[in-house]
Amino acid sequence: MARNDLQGSLDLLVLKTLSQMEELHGYGIVLHIQRASDELLSVEEGSLYPALHRMEMSGWIRSEWKVTDTNRKAKYYRLTPAGQKELQSAEKSFEQLVKGIRAILRYA
Amino acid sequence: MSIFRRIVNTFSRSKLHQEIDAEMQSHVEMRIADNIAAGMTPEGARRDALIRFGNRVVMRERITAADAATAFDSFGRDLRYAGRQLRRSPAFTATALVTLTLGIGANVIVFSVLNALLLKPLDVPQPDRLYNVVHKEAGYDNQSYPDYVDFQTKNSTFSDMAAYRFEIAGFSAGNVAYQCSYYRVSGNYFDMLGVQPAQGRLFHASDEHGPNSAPYIVLSNDFWRSRLGSDPGIVGSKVEINKHPFTVLGVAPPGFHGIDAFLWPDFWMPIVDNPDNEGSDFLSWRGSHNLWVVGRLKPDVTPQQATDNLNAIATQMAGQDPADDGLSARLTKPGLMGDMLGDPARSFLAGIMLLAFLVLLAACANLASLFSARTADRSRELAIRLAIGSSRWHVLRQLLAEAVLLSALGGALGAIFSVELLQALTRWHPFPEFPIRVAASPDLKVYFVALLLSIGSGMLWGLVPMRQVWATNYSQVMKTGAAGTMVFRRFTLRDLLLGIQITLCTLLVTASLVALRGMQRSLHAPLGFQPQGAILAQTDLHMGGHFGASVLLIRKRMLEEAARIPGVTSAGIIDGTPLGTGGSSTLIYRMGTTDFRQSNSAFGAKYFSISPRYLDAAGTRLMAGRDFTWHDDAKAPKVAIINQTFAHAMFGNNPALGRQFMMGDKVPCEIVGVVENGKYDSLTEPPWPAVFFPLEQNPNSYTSLVLRSQLSTVEVMLELRRTLAQIDPTLPFVFHTWPDALALVLFPARVATATLGVMGLLAAMLAVTGVFGMAMYSVSKRMREFGIRVAVGAQPVQLMRSALSRPLILLLSGSAAGLLLGAMASQLLAQIVYQATPRDPVVFAGVMTTMALLGFVATWIPAQRALRVHPTELLRQE
Repeated sequence: MARNDLQGSLDLLVLKTLSQMEELHGYGIVLHIQRASDELLSVEEGSLYPALHRMEMSGWIRSEWKVTDTNRKAKYYRLTPAGQKELQSAEKSFEQLVKGIRAILRYA
Repeated sequence: MSIFRRIVNTFSRSKLHQEIDAEMQSHVEMRIADNIAAGMTPEGARRDALIRFGNRVVMRERITAADAATAFDSFGRDLRYAGRQLRRSPAFTATALVTLTLGIGANVIVFSVLNALLLKPLDVPQPDRLYNVVHKEAGYDNQSYPDYVDFQTKNSTFSDMAAYRFEIAGFSAGNVAYQCSYYRVSGNYFDMLGVQPAQGRLFHASDEHGPNSAPYIVLSNDFWRSRLGSDPGIVGSKVEINKHPFTVLGVAPPGFHGIDAFLWPDFWMPIVDNPDNEGSDFLSWRGSHNLWVVGRLKPDVTPQQATDNLNAIATQMAGQDPADDGLSARLTKPGLMGDMLGDPARSFLAGIMLLAFLVLLAACANLASLFSARTADRSRELAIRLAIGSSRWHVLRQLLAEAVLLSALGGALGAIFSVELLQALTRWHPFPEFPIRVAASPDLKVYFVALLLSIGSGMLWGLVPMRQVWATNYSQVMKTGAAGTMVFRRFTLRDLLLGIQITLCTLLVTASLVALRGMQRSLHAPLGFQPQGAILAQTDLHMGGHFGASVLLIRKRMLEEAARIPGVTSAGIIDGTPLGTGGSSTLIYRMGTTDFRQSNSAFGAKYFSISPRYLDAAGTRLMAGRDFTWHDDAKAPKVAIINQTFAHAMFGNNPALGRQFMMGDKVPCEIVGVVENGKYDSLTEPPWPAVFFPLEQNPNSYTSLVLRSQLSTVEVMLELRRTLAQIDPTLPFVFHTWPDALALVLFPARVATATLGVMGLLAAMLAVTGVFGMAMYSVSKRMREFGIRVAVGAQPVQLMRSALSRPLILLLSGSAAGLLLGAMASQLLAQIVYQATPRDPVVFAGVMTTMALLGFVATWIPAQRALRVHPTELLRQE
């Protein structure tokens, strides 16, 4: 049984984003997910930040205050080796979820 | 790393909040900038950005909640849960709290005293460079003034060296008069220690110009405050010490009381002044060892180098003057009057600390067995929790939280309770005539130790049930119920703990009984005098300004008038009572000696000056010869009364009467009497030679009037006060019964006995609760079994045997082991307490009775419960 819920999907999106982009601040993550999904997915700020904080506490990502291109201070997040591993298992369980949902849809 | 972050976050909530706010702010600002770039008005851009976030405070809470949900905060939940669990079993909680309070409290108290006397550095700059200069022989710690001057001027290893001695004198200023104790110190004393005045100035080496050249004193801050009402005009005022005029130079800083940890003098006086004596003074006497010498090592010199340096000087001095024959030097840490008190105090306090620690260990053992019994009782609850998915680690953490919570509470209570006691101890003034105080107010170190002990003991007994939790097989437990998991045949860790505890208890009970018996014996020991029924009135006649011929006159008058008090059967005078505070000794030479150096002497003897009839008043038995008469005066030939040890040491089994000996003054002295042996300095000393001289042939001003009476001592004392006040109203006397006056000499033994008694009592209480808890628990767990056995015809005796055999076996073997250890420990005790020996049938019987009584008390209720088993009722319950 793959562990899956909405939170799991958000985690997956964030981890995947960070694995592609090296290093990004919260606002950048929102923009990236929006752009990469062709405006299909929009991450709410209200869910993103608690998730980021929780993932940081779990040791999947780590953060650092830096200055942006436009000379603003922002907190940049970056994947840790533990986060890399988490991403792999999250991807796997997401694929299983998708497979399961497809199967159900086919029967319905 | 993340654990660390969590801990940091828990303790720095506000910092976390700031960081979250900053992050949200930067996000909002970036969104606004993008919105404006996309063509929104600044107002609209801002609104949009903020709406996306919603309520900022709620947002922040959600973020921190994400933290708490995973987090360290759960320890707080564990604690709250533990608190609820403890409230639900008040009996266990109360027992544990009392046990811990006593155990930790005892440790905190003992540690504070140890800290105050041994660990706390002296309150002067660089205390670790200070050393007392004493002789190589243990217990021979004083130097003479000329020796001190030689050491001080000739050494190359000390930056400076000071001398001090402790004295008592009458102090009067205006209309107040007190008996005071003070230090007479060399002029460089304050400068060497690095002390600065609080008022006025201190004296310096440059103030000394030969005998009586510096009539100044420096008051202690305490004395100035408490006795002189912090008089602001005290500096420069005139006071009288033993009726000699002195000027107050200044006041020492608060808290400074010299370098002896428990002596609190009233003032300091230059050593060159002598308010005491008319002509001869110890300042010029190389053989008069009555000073303490303390030196400050130069920065790069080791104690060994300094010792070698001083010994080289000592050898050189011994070659120059026969009085320095055999002189040697050794360094000791200051604070407890050199080695004289240092060694016994160190070993005694270390011993007591060990005992206190053992009591705490016993308490932990007790709690551990209670706690693991409780855990076994809760095994069903624990099993359910494990079954529904709680991790073993989590269950364990909650048990540990209970233990630590209890220990912390117990530690806090113990600390509060011991701080109260310590403050009482600090205020305590055990001897009115001596400024002895133990300033054991707790400092940070003490609180730290209390905290450490609490957490340590909590961990210790909280971790014992760990194995139980780890081994719990929940499906098994839930099927059979709690009792099924208990194994009764096997000896468990709990039994071992209880056995150790009983051993400790017996050890302490043995030690305290041995000490008690020793105390009791010491009150009836052959002291060489009969304290019971005797009254003492002690003074120094110099305090009343009596010198020379006046001394003899007033002494004779005191004796005549005192003898007339109704009920008084005899009255006598001795300069300083045996087992009192000042014991002097002198070297004794055989007749025919021509070279009076120390190595040629026969032995050293304690000496006293006594009046005619003193032996009678003191109850010292005259074995042969005669008492002194008033005709044995300064003009008559020198005579002496010696004790049996003296006679034996000098003349073997030949009669001593009529024979002669000499002292350093080279004048023959004839023996006219022999008295029984006695104790002179301490109760534990071996028989020591002693010699008594007539008052007038060995004059000094110290006067202890000894009255023996048949009436109540209170009446006689009242009458004596009146009589003496009529003779000289200005002369300060200290009155007490002789048994009371022995308090000082009995003090160490009393303290030892009291401490051991308290520890023994604590240990006994712990053992009772331990045995009781275990017996009660095993009975309650086996009620069903007993019910069945009664139903099939078991006799009460059989039930008792199976219910109580284990506690009783433990009690017996523990007691035997404890008694054995107690016997070994008593050897140590014999150094402090008179004739402490475990080979005493009373002690043996006492320990056995105590332990039997303990066992009886502890098993009575469980036994009753086992006997009242009603099979029908019990079987119906299931």
